[in-house]
Amino acid sequence: MSKKKAKKMLEIKNLHVSVDGTEILKGLDLSVNPGEMHAIMGPNGSGKSTLSHVIAGRDGYEITGGRIIFQGEDLTGMAPEVRAAKGIFLAFQYPVEIPGVANTTFLKEALNAIRRFKGEGELDAMQFVKMMRAKTKELGISDDMLKRAVNVGFSGGEKKRNEVLQMAVLNPTLAILDETDSGLDIDALKIVAEGVNKLRSPQRSMLIITHYQRLLDYIVPDKVHVLAHGKIQRTGGKELALELEEKGYAEFDEAAA
Amino acid sequence: MAASTQTAQQVQELADDKYKYGFVTDIESETAPKGLNEDTVRFISAKKNEPEWLLAWRLKAFRHWLTMAEPTWAKVGFPEIDYQDSYYYSAPKGSDDGPKSLEDIDPELLATYEKLGIPLREQEFLAGVAVDAVFDSVSVATTFKSKLEEVGVIFCPISEALEKCPDLVKKYLGTVVPYTDNKHATLNSAVFTDGSFVYIPPGVRCPMELSTYFRINAKNTGQFERTLIIADKESYVSYLEGCTAPMRDENQLHAAVVELVALDDAEIKYSTVQNWYPGDENGKGGIYNFVTKRGACRGRNSKISWTQVETGSAITWKYPSCILQGDNSVGEFYSIAITNNCQQADTGTKMIHLGRNTTSKIISKGISAGRANQTYRGLVRMSPKAEGARNFTQCDSLLIGNECGAHTVPYIESKNKTAIVEHEATTSTISEDQMFYLRQRGIPPEAAVALVVNGFCREVLQQLPMEFAVEAQKLVGISLEGSVG
Repeated sequence: MSKKKAKKMLEIKNLHVSVDGTEILKGLDLSVNPGEMHAIMGPNGSGKSTLSHVIAGRDGYEITGGRIIFQGEDLTGMAPEVRAAKGIFLAFQYPVEIPGVANTTFLKEALNAIRRFKGEGELDAMQFVKMMRAKTKELGISDDMLKRAVNVGFSGGEKKRNEVLQMAVLNPTLAILDETDSGLDIDALKIVAEGVNKLRSPQRSMLIITHYQRLLDYIVPDKVHVLAHGKIQRTGGKELALELEEKGYAEFDEAAA
Repeated sequence: MAASTQTAQQVQELADDKYKYGFVTDIESETAPKGLNEDTVRFISAKKNEPEWLLAWRLKAFRHWLTMAEPTWAKVGFPEIDYQDSYYYSAPKGSDDGPKSLEDIDPELLATYEKLGIPLREQEFLAGVAVDAVFDSVSVATTFKSKLEEVGVIFCPISEALEKCPDLVKKYLGTVVPYTDNKHATLNSAVFTDGSFVYIPPGVRCPMELSTYFRINAKNTGQFERTLIIADKESYVSYLEGCTAPMRDENQLHAAVVELVALDDAEIKYSTVQNWYPGDENGKGGIYNFVTKRGACRGRNSKISWTQVETGSAITWKYPSCILQGDNSVGEFYSIAITNNCQQADTGTKMIHLGRNTTSKIISKGISAGRANQTYRGLVRMSPKAEGARNFTQCDSLLIGNECGAHTVPYIESKNKTAIVEHEATTSTISEDQMFYLRQRGIPPEAAVALVVNGFCREVLQQLPMEFAVEAQKLVGISLEGSVG
């Protein structure tokens, strides 16, 4: 157990990723310890979403070099559902609608798939309902949202809160929040950030991917990385985010040019 | 040990008593010679000790059948059927034929039973292993049978109804689907061997769902089954047909006929789960399911509702329909059709509005995967007298993969200015975004497909009685296995 704790949560070494023959990530390095929250900031088209998708194992991203190590294990070639079962969670920038499938049905299916994978027993209907009640109460989410079809007719804020709820239920060790702030007004942003903060724990690491600094007013990271042109260009503390807010990403454009 | 002794005893008791419950027909072990001619028809009728009028009706049907051509308008293809190459009457198989135990059964079939959670005893029955009785079903049937008798409901094989209540059979048989209807139905009229008969007396709400599943010898009547259900005034019945488990059957051609009659203020709900053998991945083997199902809403305020989940058969040709004769009568059709591999389905409904203020609703969900092709074919007809009639149709198709096809062919005929007909149709696929989203949450690809498809079918699944709904959901997933890479 103590040996496991000493392991890095996530270690990315010299990662090169191509999409349709175009290289997007060009030698990215990143190291995240258990319990840490890192922010990845960068201009549009810098490869932020590619990074989140490639960690989660989406098809269509070709790793041409380097490795992604999650809790000591190389993720290369691992199916997305296996990565999920091992504790990787991606909160989507654009949560997907699944018409006709109630949120609870979806969550139960997901949770039990993960439990089966881990060799834990499935939760029966009663246990599941009890657990859901606790989670929704904790996050201040209405029961109504559970009955509705997954993300169908949800407002932008509701969709993101639903992502946070899923995270709370599936209890990952590494959560990647991909542009969670996009499309949210300030009130919705606060609510989502509050939910995320409740889920911080020494066992869980988080990767916050964002274009703007404002989310980091509410979710305070341990480290901030600037991703531009497919590489981490600079790493600093939370003050780096403020600096970017002031100066923008222009400096990194020049650096690469 | 004690438990199994007790089980054996109970099964024996039920087996001894079986005739009393009316679920087993007494058939001597004899088979009509191969081929189809008037003698075959006479042989069947004689075997079943039928009244003169029925033989005459069968013969009329047979003679008419000789003059008929196969319907060719459906979008299905298959080699010509050699009607002379089949047996039309065969006694039930004895324990000498067929598989001796589950060990002789195709392991793939057994794996499917396993997934559906079917008890061992029933697996043996379904796979065609010779067993005396399906323990659970028979005991359930026994209890139910007495409850039904209390309220005067008649539920028995049609051959038995001919002895019990010949007038009722004579009055209604062939009145909804005439013997001249179409080649498959006409063949059925000539050679049908058995099927269910249901009569619900006036004012009676049938106290339970009626199911053919309780009938332990159903497998021998599967080929040319004939069902007749009559709901008298102000009565209600819900009837379940079929089984989620794939049924093994040697007969390739199935041509069943179902007739429903609803009188004033009566309601019939008819639910089907059809999972006959679809053939292998390359389309070899598999059942031709050419079924004629029709209900007549004869009375005022009557209602007939069809719900079907069609996942089996190599070819499905089926249009459960409603003739809305009585004023204010209601017809409904809820359908899920799933075709995978090389399956073909041409299915839909006909809503014939004759009475005033009649309404109908059609919800059709078609899912096509593999190299399968399916067609929704529906007719909505508003006759000149159908004042204020309304129809709403929704046809949704879901395509999985890029080698399958979905076709929608709605026919709308409106001869009344006050009638309103609405038709909505959509075609969609399971998107890569949906698959990634679900897999990212830990759900493996096949379960993800099953989840999306179940969501797509939800409106129809909700119409199924509880005892079918859960199994049907599992079936939806199983039917699509292998459809994603």
